[in-house]
Amino acid sequence: MTEEPDSPLAAWSRLRGLTAARIGLARSGAALATAPLLDFRLAHARARDAVHAPLDAARLAEEAAALGLPVLTVHSAAAHRREYLMRPDLGRRLGAEAAAALAARAGAHDLAIVLADGLSARAVQDHAVPVLAAALPALRAEGWRVAPLAIVHQGRVAIGDAVAAALGASAAVVLIGERPGLSAPDSLGAYLTWQPRPDSTDAERNCISNIRPDGIGAQEAAFKLVFLLRAMRARGVSGVSLKDESGMAAID
Amino acid sequence: MTVYSATLGRQRHVFGDLKTLMAQATPLRSGDLLAGIAAPAHEARVAAQCALADVTLRRFLEEPVVPYETDAVTRLIIDTHNEAAFAPIGHLTVGGLRDFLLSDAATPQVLTALAPGITPEMAAAVAKISRLQDLAAIAARCHVTTAFRTTIGLPGRLSTRLQPNHPTDDPRGIAASILDGLLLGSGDAVIGINPATDSPQRTRTLLCLLDDIRQRLEIPVQSCVLSHVSTTLELIRQGAPVDLVFQSIGGTEATNRSFGCDLAMLAEAREAALSLHRGGTQVMYFETGQGSALSANAHHGVDQQTLEARAYAVARHFHPFLVNTVVGFIGPEYLFDGKQIIRAGLEDHFCGKLLGLPMGCDVCYTNHAEADQDDMDTLLTVLVAAGVNFIMGVPGADDIMLGYQSTSFHDALAMRELFGRRPAPEFEAWLAAQGLADESGRIRPLGLPERLQRLLPAA
Repeated sequence: MTEEPDSPLAAWSRLRGLTAARIGLARSGAALATAPLLDFRLAHARARDAVHAPLDAARLAEEAAALGLPVLTVHSAAAHRREYLMRPDLGRRLGAEAAAALAARAGAHDLAIVLADGLSARAVQDHAVPVLAAALPALRAEGWRVAPLAIVHQGRVAIGDAVAAALGASAAVVLIGERPGLSAPDSLGAYLTWQPRPDSTDAERNCISNIRPDGIGAQEAAFKLVFLLRAMRARGVSGVSLKDESGMAAID
Repeated sequence: MTVYSATLGRQRHVFGDLKTLMAQATPLRSGDLLAGIAAPAHEARVAAQCALADVTLRRFLEEPVVPYETDAVTRLIIDTHNEAAFAPIGHLTVGGLRDFLLSDAATPQVLTALAPGITPEMAAAVAKISRLQDLAAIAARCHVTTAFRTTIGLPGRLSTRLQPNHPTDDPRGIAASILDGLLLGSGDAVIGINPATDSPQRTRTLLCLLDDIRQRLEIPVQSCVLSHVSTTLELIRQGAPVDLVFQSIGGTEATNRSFGCDLAMLAEAREAALSLHRGGTQVMYFETGQGSALSANAHHGVDQQTLEARAYAVARHFHPFLVNTVVGFIGPEYLFDGKQIIRAGLEDHFCGKLLGLPMGCDVCYTNHAEADQDDMDTLLTVLVAAGVNFIMGVPGADDIMLGYQSTSFHDALAMRELFGRRPAPEFEAWLAAQGLADESGRIRPLGLPERLQRLLPAA
């Protein structure tokens, strides 16, 4: 079917190019037509699956091994997904055996890196290793002593504070699946904290959000990550007083 | 200290104070479990409801759930309580008030006169012992009308906030969503953008975009960029075109502090907006939601539904044009599933209306809550039956900036047709003049009128 340049369909297609919002949807009467209704259901189903899909920690550990770091897998104090969703406090604490397992690998580390499922295991499964593969060479070149990688089941952002404490690291990076939206079920967040404590607040963290192929790509995320870690170490702070001034530049 | 109790069979259930009684009488929700204040069992919950039904309304004036000395919201509630308006119900208990509100004597005129005598805690207590049907039936008799360029809340009307958010605040992307909404009859409550950042410069750009669209198309609407009140106040001083001042508010002083505001700042912002003389004396737009106080660690051991009602006392003090409970946005640790979200939305609408507020509801949920669009249809339908002043209009119900699902332009049209509700009269006349409505007043845009397409900013 061909469209006249000024037909309503062509005009809507121009407008849709300006936003990812669901505009110009087909109607029947006042209601959505069947096709956009089912499109919406599919997007919601994918977001729901992203929330509930379990992390394949064994596969993630295998892929992470190529980064040249030892890998540990532990659990938070939340036993399962339902408890994780209802008790955010448990997702911030280490499970019974986790602290000892991490403490056995404590040492003179500058940086603890945590891979946590958060609200989208798929995000960390797909996007965390490429970000680290791009960031670690620069960090090593700048003398960062990186602790063993910690993969955490049912973890929230603040679990990084407990992991860093157990490993004896002076900074924490948490790569975690973000709350999935309909258009982005696999968005990864990176949370950076300098000298994390049990009572560190979100105001003391820096965040790189929306890491995914259609958002901030792995190379750009790695660039921002290294930039912020460098600034944290130079100034001895993290959080609201440390702005992301890395601009839009990226490693090509 | 008064002890509250109920004897069921051979067991006597005792509740040490009013806030404990209120918390245990609250229908089950995850936020009260998280706070550790929910009833320990189903029977204990009903026992608390029995004891609460026997509490006299005057008791709520004598035993504040948050201390008067340390909380500005409690002081506001107690110090502005209208004894004369309260007199007709001053002899009643909570159960007696519920019965009265459902009786034929509770006409819209009577309920309007009563509102200044009702405190948030009294309204919250009635909600706890009421069914959803009661919450809808009583709220439907509470008529609260407000006006700016349009008149909102008239009987037989249903208005919408057009919410054209964009993840990078791109003016052309936002304008495209506004165009879609206007074509589908949305925006008569407000065209309101949640900015992606709190940058004053960007907020000003968006305010100017909205004002430009309004003037070019001569639409009788008001606009709002939902930036922090301090940002809006500064932009008013710089001469930006501000119609409504937005702020998120909560039911305790410490919750509001966590939002970076207090009563004095709200008063100052209201005065500043009034000084612009852009559309009458109702210039505030507040948003609230159960769970915000617990989330800010500012709940004083009080249940989230009672604290939500206390936020409405803050709103009431500033004569708002719109109050919106963003009911399912906060997540499953506060409202776990569709059932809890539906009840909370109807409780909030009821309490707000009973207190005399122009209540709207963002009928919404996140992807980690156990809810879907069917639950939203249920809540939306009952809210419209209950006379909700306004709902959200989000393109395809999918907010691509905030990452949650609300109600769509189509949802509002479906409700208007199902219940015979019409848009605000000023906006309805504009829609008819644009040729967007058919002969029976239904919104049936045939194409994309050239005049509306021109509202897009140049690339």
